[in-house]
Amino acid sequence: MIAVIRRVIKEPTGLFGLLLVTFIVSSALLAGIIAPYDPIALNIADRLQSPSQSHLLGTDQLGRDLFSRVLFGGRVALGVALAAIGVALVCGIVLGMLAGFGPPWLDKAILLFFDTIRSFPTVMFALAAVALVGPSLQTVIVVIIVTTIPVYGRVVRTQTLSIKSNEFIKAEQVMGAKTTRILGMHVLPNIVGPLMILASMDIPTVIALEAGLSFLGMGVKPPTPSWGSILNDGFALIRVTPWPIIAGSLPLILITLGFTFLGESLRDFIDPKLRKSF
Amino acid sequence: MLLYIIKRTALGVIIVLLAVALLFCMIHLIPGDPARILLGPRATPELIAAMSARLGLDLPFPVQIGRFFMNLLRGDLGMDVITNRPVVEIVVGQLPYTLWLIFFAIFFAGLIGVPLGCYSAIHRNSLFDRISGFISVSFITTPSFVVALYALLIFAVALQWFPAVGAGDKGDLLDQAVHLVLPVISIGLAWVGYLARLVRASMLEVMEESHIRTARAFGLSERRIIYHYALKLAILPTVSVIGVGMGFLLSSALLTEIVFARPGIGKLIYDSVITRNYPVVMGSVLASTILFVVSTTMSDLINAWLDPRTRATL
Repeated sequence: MIAVIRRVIKEPTGLFGLLLVTFIVSSALLAGIIAPYDPIALNIADRLQSPSQSHLLGTDQLGRDLFSRVLFGGRVALGVALAAIGVALVCGIVLGMLAGFGPPWLDKAILLFFDTIRSFPTVMFALAAVALVGPSLQTVIVVIIVTTIPVYGRVVRTQTLSIKSNEFIKAEQVMGAKTTRILGMHVLPNIVGPLMILASMDIPTVIALEAGLSFLGMGVKPPTPSWGSILNDGFALIRVTPWPIIAGSLPLILITLGFTFLGESLRDFIDPKLRKSF
Repeated sequence: MLLYIIKRTALGVIIVLLAVALLFCMIHLIPGDPARILLGPRATPELIAAMSARLGLDLPFPVQIGRFFMNLLRGDLGMDVITNRPVVEIVVGQLPYTLWLIFFAIFFAGLIGVPLGCYSAIHRNSLFDRISGFISVSFITTPSFVVALYALLIFAVALQWFPAVGAGDKGDLLDQAVHLVLPVISIGLAWVGYLARLVRASMLEVMEESHIRTARAFGLSERRIIYHYALKLAILPTVSVIGVGMGFLLSSALLTEIVFARPGIGKLIYDSVITRNYPVVMGSVLASTILFVVSTTMSDLINAWLDPRTRATL
């Protein structure tokens, strides 16, 4: 672990990514301590203010402090990303191993299922789901889980297939090892590394998706602060003040950039062959 | 090759059919009666029953799905429950706006991204290469609707160089072009970065190959080698990336259309979700799914044509 971090911070982009991620994650974790105001407390008298010493990023149309809202919005973004990617990883591992180790018909069926899910453009699929069950954070998380499972599932399947064809697996099978033992002892440890990197590179995509859906009013419900809903407020006020848009977009840009740089340097660490290409 | 075309196309058709079935099941099996949600909380049971009958929701599920597929084959997606126009007509009317938007976004991205990547590859590890690499990643990671919001804020609201809303007058090409500028940039910017990195990577790979070395040995000018031999090959991977990226493009088109209040398939889906207009939600999501599947199928076919090795994988 320490070796990985040492390697990542050796490169300027890796260090930059790690710093950005640490900065945003810790500010979201410490939001309760850092935030100068209650993120949902109304203060109509101070509404639509530009940044000042008392309101670092200004205030919105209801006089809520944008800096505090941005800090608490980070919790929503990171929480959604971690929950969704975590569940999708587990489902992807199970389905991918089933496809890779199971009978051919099961492999074909699972692949077809993956292809079908991936044939929906994500935001369209999310809107269709929201139309049915109504906007909520849970809906967003479920949509992200369903649409990311195929990504992990395919990687796991390919890895499982390549490990399965090794001599030592065949030898173990001949000696009577159970499939669960082979999967748990040999396949799983070999796929965890690449999957973690894939997952860390997916975090920005998921955060952007949550923000996009909340921006459309399909994600978190008001008054809960989320970067997307702050942007939605800003969009409505675009002719009045630029500050809500700036406040909502800044952390979004920084965190996606941070995770992308971090993910790329992690990938270089695991697979130096890729270093040249991307 | 013919066998591959048939197999790949068949797979595409199966995926579309499964996607339709999945969408249909989602709408009809999830708790909550679409007719009730559509009509709102004050609807009488009689009204709800009438709307259910109109949407065919009172029939048994297998009959519903069978009827839906039969209608689909005839090109009938049902009627818009609010305006009472055929859904197909509405979708076909909105589709060109989105297609042009996506086409010009990719065109813009290619126009800037390809030369950028090419130049970076030739001057590898130079300051220009590093800066363009950093900017490319920033473009890729910034969500398109954030770019759209900034474009709207800076160029439409503050500077007033470009119009903020709509798609322009129907007959006036110049007006339409002016309305396209900001949305195209909003969607295309990520692809500028993406294509630049892709072309740079494949250019570096191509430049190592033996036919380039041979060309050098024959004393061809570096310029001719780069533009005539290397770039032609290096551009190939972009074709498949654009095909697979169609889903991503459609998603960003949806958000951009909403920010700029442009007509198009994305705005149609959004508006119909807001008004709970199920036949239109279904029809427009279906249209975008078909578009996505067609483009991935096409890109696979083009890839197979260019690189026969990929044909064996199906």
